[in-house]
This record gives sequence, C-alpha cells and structure tokens, in this order.
Amino acid sequence: MLYREAGQFRSTYAEDQQIFPIRQDRIAMALLLLVAFVAVPLFGDQYWLSAIITPFLILALATLGLNILTGYAGQLSLGTAAFMGIGAFMAYNAMLRIPHMPIVGAFIVGGLSAAAVGIVFGLPSLRIKGFYLAVATLACQFFVLWALNRVGWFSNYSSSGVITAQRMDILGYPIDTPATKYLLTLAVVALMALAAKNLMRSETGRAFMAVRDMDVAASVIGIPMMKTKLLAFAISSFYCGVAGALYAFCYLGTVEPEAFTLDLSFRVLFMVIIGGAGSILGSFLGAAFITLFPIFLNLASKWLENRLGVEMSHAVVSNSEAIIFGGLIIFFLIVEPNGLARLWQITKEKLRLWPFPH
Amino acid sequence: MKRTAFAVAALSLACAAPVSAQNEQFVPANFYWVGPYAPGGSGFGGGIIDYFAMLNERDGGINGVKLTWEKCETEYNNARGVECYERTKKKGPTGATVIHPLSTGITYSLIEKATSDKIPIISMGYGRTSAADGRVFPYVFPLITTYWSQATVLVKFMGQKMGGMDQWKGKKLVLVYHDSAYGKEPIPILTDMAKQYGYELTTIAVPHPGNEQQAQWLQIRQLKPDWVILWGWGVMNPTALKAAAKIGYPREKMVGVWWSGAEEDVIPAGSAAKGYISSGFNAPGSDFPVMKDIQKYVYAKGKGEFEDKARFGSIYHTRGVVAGIVTAEAIRNAQAKFGKGKPITGEQMRWGIEHLNIDDKRLKELGATGLMPTLKVSCLDHEGSGLAKFQQWDGTKWKVISDWMESDRKLVREKVESDAAQYAKEKGITPRDCAKDSM
Repeated sequence: MLYREAGQFRSTYAEDQQIFPIRQDRIAMALLLLVAFVAVPLFGDQYWLSAIITPFLILALATLGLNILTGYAGQLSLGTAAFMGIGAFMAYNAMLRIPHMPIVGAFIVGGLSAAAVGIVFGLPSLRIKGFYLAVATLACQFFVLWALNRVGWFSNYSSSGVITAQRMDILGYPIDTPATKYLLTLAVVALMALAAKNLMRSETGRAFMAVRDMDVAASVIGIPMMKTKLLAFAISSFYCGVAGALYAFCYLGTVEPEAFTLDLSFRVLFMVIIGGAGSILGSFLGAAFITLFPIFLNLASKWLENRLGVEMSHAVVSNSEAIIFGGLIIFFLIVEPNGLARLWQITKEKLRLWPFPH
Repeated sequence: MKRTAFAVAALSLACAAPVSAQNEQFVPANFYWVGPYAPGGSGFGGGIIDYFAMLNERDGGINGVKLTWEKCETEYNNARGVECYERTKKKGPTGATVIHPLSTGITYSLIEKATSDKIPIISMGYGRTSAADGRVFPYVFPLITTYWSQATVLVKFMGQKMGGMDQWKGKKLVLVYHDSAYGKEPIPILTDMAKQYGYELTTIAVPHPGNEQQAQWLQIRQLKPDWVILWGWGVMNPTALKAAAKIGYPREKMVGVWWSGAEEDVIPAGSAAKGYISSGFNAPGSDFPVMKDIQKYVYAKGKGEFEDKARFGSIYHTRGVVAGIVTAEAIRNAQAKFGKGKPITGEQMRWGIEHLNIDDKRLKELGATGLMPTLKVSCLDHEGSGLAKFQQWDGTKWKVISDWMESDRKLVREKVESDAAQYAKEKGITPRDCAKDSM
C-alpha cells in the first residue's frame, strides 16, 4: 500500500528520465545513503567496518566492473582478478614513484593501467565469442600474475613479492582508521555505481546491450563493433582496477600477487551470476551473498553450537559450511536463473499491486 | 542492497554476544581445517589447543588464569585471515593476547594492523624474516628461526654432507618453491650465498596449490642439479616427491624446509619419499614428558583435537605444542611482571615475549627437552634461536640425523637489518632505541 506510484505525475522529460522515477524509491535511496554515510561509520563497530562491509563494497565494485563487460556487453571474461591486481600494483607504484601523488590520483592511475591492459586483451573479442573468449581472457589472468610475480619493478624489488600500501591522506586528512577507510571506499563505490548506472542509460550503454543481444544486428544498424567492444573492456577493467587498488589500500594493506588468483576471478563471476547479469543492483546483491554469506554461516554454526550445547568437530563445521553454501547457490539458480536482482524486481512489482493484485 | 547486510549484521551481532568470565586469557585459534593446506593447519592448531587444554586441566591455567580460545577458519587465505583477526581481536576480557597467523601471507597482512592494535604476532618459523629486527617491528616475533636462517642452515647441511663448504664451488643448487610470499622469502639469501660459496642457483616456481609439477621436474632433469631444496607447502610436497621419483632424481639429494617435512608430506608419496631429508625446529614423538601429560590429561579423558589418534605426536602436532609452550611461557613471563593471576593485555604480552628465556633448565621443567631448541628473545633479536635439526624419512618414520645446527647469524642479521631499515624508511618508522626501551 505504501509502495504505490498513483498520483505521481511526471510532466517533464527530465522527470520521466530520472534514475528513480518513483518517489518511494528516491526516499529509500536517500535513506540508504544517509545510513551508509552517517550511521554506519558512527555506530558500526570496527570488525564490521573493516572486515565485512569494506571488502563487500570493494568486491561489489569489481562485480560491477565485470557486470558491465559480461552482463551488459555480453563478453565473458575470466580476467577480473588480474585487472584488480594491476590496479593494486600500479596504484602502489604511482604512490611510490610519483612525488606528491594524491591517493585518488593513484587509484585513477591503477584504473587506467588496468584499462590499457584490458583493451589489449579485449582485442580477441573482435574475432571470437563466448567460451572461446573466456579462454582468451584466462590467458590474461595467468600472464598478469606471472608478470607481477616475475618482474621485480612492480613490487619495488621486494624479496617476497609483497607490496605494502602507503599511508593515505586526502587534503592533509589522514585515512587510517577503519571508519575513514570505509568512507573513502563508500564514496568511490557510490560515485562509480552512479556513473555506471547513467552510462548504461546512455547511448554507449544501449550500444553495449545491442552487441550483447546480437552483434550482427548491432553492426548492421551502425554500431561500430571495435569501438564498442574495446570500450566495454576498457571501462570494465577500469572499474576492476580501482576495486583492486581499494582492495590493497583500504582493505588488506599488504598484498601479494596470490591475492588475485583465478579463484577470485571465479568468485566475482559467480557474484555476477548470482546477483543478476546486466543489473547494477545485482552486482551489490551478488557481492553481498558471496562475501557475507560464508561469514554468516560460520557465525551461525558457532551460535548453534552454543545453543545446542553439542561440540561439533571444527573440520565438520568448516566443510559443511562449504556444502551448504554450494547448495544454496544451486537453489537460487534453480529458483531464479536471472539472479537476485530479478527476485527483487518481482518483489517490487508485487508490492505495487499489493494488497489488490487484481 | 546494503539492507541485507544490515539484517545479517544485526542478527549475528545478537547471536555472538560474548559470554566470558573475567579471569581468562583469550588466544584466537585462527587456523585452517579445510583445503589443500588443512594437514598443516589442523595439526598445528590441534597441538596448540591440546597444550592449552592440558595446562587448564593439569594446573588450572596459568597461575589460576584459564586459557580460552576460539577457532576461526582462515582457509590459508589472506582475506579470510584478516576477517578472522578482526573478529577475534576484541574477544575475552583483555582482547586477543597474541596471534599465530600460520601463514606467511596473513602475517604480512596483519603486521601493520596488529602493531596499531597492540596485539603481538608470533610467526614461529614463517612470516617476514626482517621482523626479527625488533627495533622496527616491536609487535612481530618470527620466533625460533626465520626463513633466512633456515636457508643458511640448509646450505650448511648440504655443504657438510659434501665434505665442507668449499665443495660448493661449481655445484648446482635448485630451489623448488611454492609461488607465494612464503616460497619467495629465501631467494635473496640463497642468491647472496651463491656469490659467497660459488654455487649456481636456479629457482623454479610451482604455482598454488602445487598438484601439477611435471614441467618443473623435467627442467630439473635437464639441469641435473647436485642438490634440490624443496620449499613446498601442503599437497605440493608429496607431489614433488612423486615427480622426483618419476624422473629418477635421488631423494637423498632433496632437502626440504620444515613446512615440507611432516608425516602428511611424505606418507601420501608412498615409497617415493624414502630417503628424503627435511629440516625442522621441533622433533616428532609422543614420548616427551609434555606429550605424555597431554595424553594423560586430555586424550585419556576423551578430549583432544585429533579424532585420528595416529596424528598424535606427529611433526605438525608437536610443532603446535611448541607454539603452545612459547605462548604460555610468554604469558607466564608477563604475569610475573604485571601481576600474577590476572589476565594480561596484548601490550603486556609483547613484553612477555620480548623477555622470553627458555633455557635447558626450563625445557627440562616443561618436559620438552629435545622437543624444541632453547630460546632467548630480546628487543634487538626477535628470532631468539636460529637452530634447526635434520631428519630423514626411512619409509615409516622420521629419523633425526643431526644435532641442532646453527645458522649463519652474521650474514642473516646483516640482511635483516638492512631490509628492516628499508621498511622503516618506506613507512616513516623511527626504530626504537633498545637501550632505553623497557616496556
């Protein structure tokens, strides 16, 4: 009853084209942002801020990056973690080698470097599609990791190949507590999510979707294949690169190339699939499910153990968590193959009619 | 989107309300029980917990302060390790006393966080080598022996086998390593020693998790090295031994680091492992008095971490017990200084570890003579020992084949100090003055 658009008239094009045309959505979004920017850093405890919400936001950004490429432009990629790695290592090098480098500038350098590599490895997409393209991007994953491991320059010749993020400050204000790191991450993620949302509503985004739906048809109606596909790779890699830089600077602090293995690429791909391909909201939902759910399961099993008073072998608990998690992924994919975002959309449509569905 | 997160957050916060008495000393047990590295994680974790459980049963804790712990699964994964650290650092009446990351990668990720939280890290036999310089790394303790010390002992042992260090001239040495921070750690020191002793070093990386090594061993067949150092972890070790057997490389010429020298590393390789040598800083066995006490006070009562009793007294298990001894002794030390019978904070624990002195007499009292080397930590030296033993697999069990061997402390120390100084410069840390520092 509350969620109804009756009586909301749109009298200008601008009103008709806004991101949230329904007033309730705008209010909810404003509240959400208010909570995220004000309440969470004020009241959230350190564990939640630094170990759960910050990595969730960072992975959501990486998922968003892959979603632009896979969900919107239809190009399957397994190189996400590699692009994140490039972002992390290049942001570190930008801070190290360029005097007076602002931290946001370093993130942009990281993102742009990833975008450049993304364009190079996007070239095969002009000739091959689908699974074959995924294999080509797999090469990117292995090559980048190899380079980060073998070329000493990337880690400033550290003996163990590990980089340690430098001190961060913005206009003299130090970013060193979990709350400030969270705020920086949140600001970057919110801005980039907004940019992605708008990009997908623009001509470029529509061109991406046309390529995804049928590339022959898209080229017949005059969409330049090369430009569109490479642009998709560049933008997607830029997002992943910035996510990688945040991963190093705002989350782990110290990273080795092994943080960015194929495992992570797959995880991000699963986030896209679970959350919903071709949806901005889906990127966040998918990241939330994959990053938060195992932790939740872990805490829940502890709680159960305390409640029931039975002591389970830890190995059994750890393994059963993996089983339950895998089972739930299958369950969700059967119930809604289009991802959590689609479930959310269905809920919203039902809510608009409720309580009079006919 | 974030609403889900909050629902989850609120729910689990409500669930995880801490129930803890005041007179307890909390130590997080952030290890791993699943995945390719589970044998190491569960064995080491089991040892440390068994020792604590024994202290609680036998002595009622340390001066009446019970030891408590909570398990958290890190999967040997840096991100999960950081999450576990954040989850457990505030638990117990005084927060986490000390943390054993049991992963070089996680140790690296925690160095800065733990230093600012004032929680000491004990990275016993792993982690960042240059943290042995306590002036730059006040909260990190790579106790007993570091990777660089280890590398010098390995080279020394092989030199002895050949009949003297001068024999190294013109010989070929291959390092087969786990391609991670852990595996890369010894490369600089081995390179330096190559210059000093005149051997030719080839480093061959094996990507995680290491169950595919054919290409690497074909390369070794071509090189025909005089010695191979195996710097593996988990499933990589038996795979390497099998691959070596396949190409016919003599296992007697393969020497493993201590993370490549447990029962779990050789038994899966079957007969391929016979003759293989590895180093270690703890001895296996269930005959040490301390192990008998664990048997009597924990396992005889139907408790204990291992369902498979064959793992009792295995290398990883006794290594965990050594970690337990070191931790408990440091707590005892800190209590003696800051008040007996009271839980200590991480900061006080740091003092306790830094003033650890486990000599032969104390080892005898603990019932651990021969189980571990003596240990004396100081503000300057966070390693405190550097000793290692060698053992050979005879097909059924590990046989100790050397006494405690000294590392090349001068060479290692020089490199540690220069690496630590570079870290301090990068991070803007002013090293402590050890002469003045008492707290």
